[in-house]
Amino acid sequence: MTETIPQTEGHRWHDMGGGAAGAVPLADHDFALWEKRVDALMILCSAKGHFTVDGLRRVLEDMPPSSFEELSYYERWIASISQNLVEAGVLTTFEIGERMSAIQERGLTYGDASDG
Amino acid sequence: MDRRVRVRNDMPPGHIRTPAYLRGKCGVIERTLGPFPNPEQLAYRHKGRPLALHRVRFTMAEIWGDAAETPTDTVEAEIYAHWLEPADAA
Amino acid sequence: MPHDHHDHLSPSGHPFRADNDHPLSYWQALEIAVRELLIEKGVTTAAEIAGQIDAMDNRTPANGAAVVALAWTDPDFRAALQHDASMATAEMGFDIGPMKLIAVENTAELHNIVVCTLCSCYPRNLLGLPPDWYKSRAYRSRTVREPRRVLAEFGVTLPEATHIRVHDSTADMRYIVIPARPKGTDGWSKKDLADLVTRDSMVGTGLPKSPDALV
Repeated sequence: MTETIPQTEGHRWHDMGGGAAGAVPLADHDFALWEKRVDALMILCSAKGHFTVDGLRRVLEDMPPSSFEELSYYERWIASISQNLVEAGVLTTFEIGERMSAIQERGLTYGDASDG
Repeated sequence: MDRRVRVRNDMPPGHIRTPAYLRGKCGVIERTLGPFPNPEQLAYRHKGRPLALHRVRFTMAEIWGDAAETPTDTVEAEIYAHWLEPADAA
Repeated sequence: MPHDHHDHLSPSGHPFRADNDHPLSYWQALEIAVRELLIEKGVTTAAEIAGQIDAMDNRTPANGAAVVALAWTDPDFRAALQHDASMATAEMGFDIGPMKLIAVENTAELHNIVVCTLCSCYPRNLLGLPPDWYKSRAYRSRTVREPRRVLAEFGVTLPEATHIRVHDSTADMRYIVIPARPKGTDGWSKKDLADLVTRDSMVGTGLPKSPDALV
């Protein structure tokens, strides 16, 4: 690999085909429970018609380029799921914020703060 | 079915499933699928217009020119009908 | 891979991801909030979420390996798989949901490899969730441009005469590679054949194990 493709104006960061990049990182990890829950929420909400996988992708793509390195895969997903549910009128931003504050009061770890 | 097509070289902002590296490139339709709803509308909570989805085969030489790793290797991608025009179009 | 900290490795040998015992992150709090609110509003239930997680956990590369082994041994199934891979795998009993699948066959002359340059489309409803590398910038960027160099990093070197066909999963279809059946496996059972089929061989970044591996 020698050069990156020209970054034409309008070329978006998620559209990675042909870009310059290093070696493929071969390390893998097992998904945590909270990550599996995010995945399940996406499948269930889209199956029930609240938003589409393209709605999920649209919000992911509108994130700043740095989000790909700064957030993990399922961190980006839950952010997008949350925004899509607000757009769909299923949840409000206020109730999400109120609930997050209550959750953060419950305990210092995911296990303590999550009922499940 | 050896229909040669060119991918439109448009660069609008917004949610699009046509990768930038294939825009403006010519290929051959390998098979046609669908119709599927237009993801560019689905992404914004609209009903998607049904579109044919073409699997288009491109050579590495067509996509990458002299920089191609092996010019005769190929890439196939699914491109919605509205992004394709006949390859002989100006 | 570390060898002296087995308590930090899962049964599959991978490190556990930060989870229950780590400080609650902002995004984890968001997941809990969204999940609880969706349950309270009757959009879903805790049981439905748990069921969905179980269903996904039960989707593993072993499913795909069974599909490949059947394609290697049953010409009618192989034809059905080429005609409509979604229907053929569903008829085997796999719950692939609404996934639309295409099976692409490797031969002595042709090697197929699958990528999603735009996001991380993967035949998850058959093989389970994709490995981290499949979602990496490096794999997504380079596979459509220099598949042979990418393959070399996976330990696969193909003759220059072997044609490489990269499938970019840009839209509604998902892809499974049917690797070429290894020589020296005549008369093998479907189970033994399936044991040769790795996840990577069904993405196209690997080849089946050598028959010697099972002896």
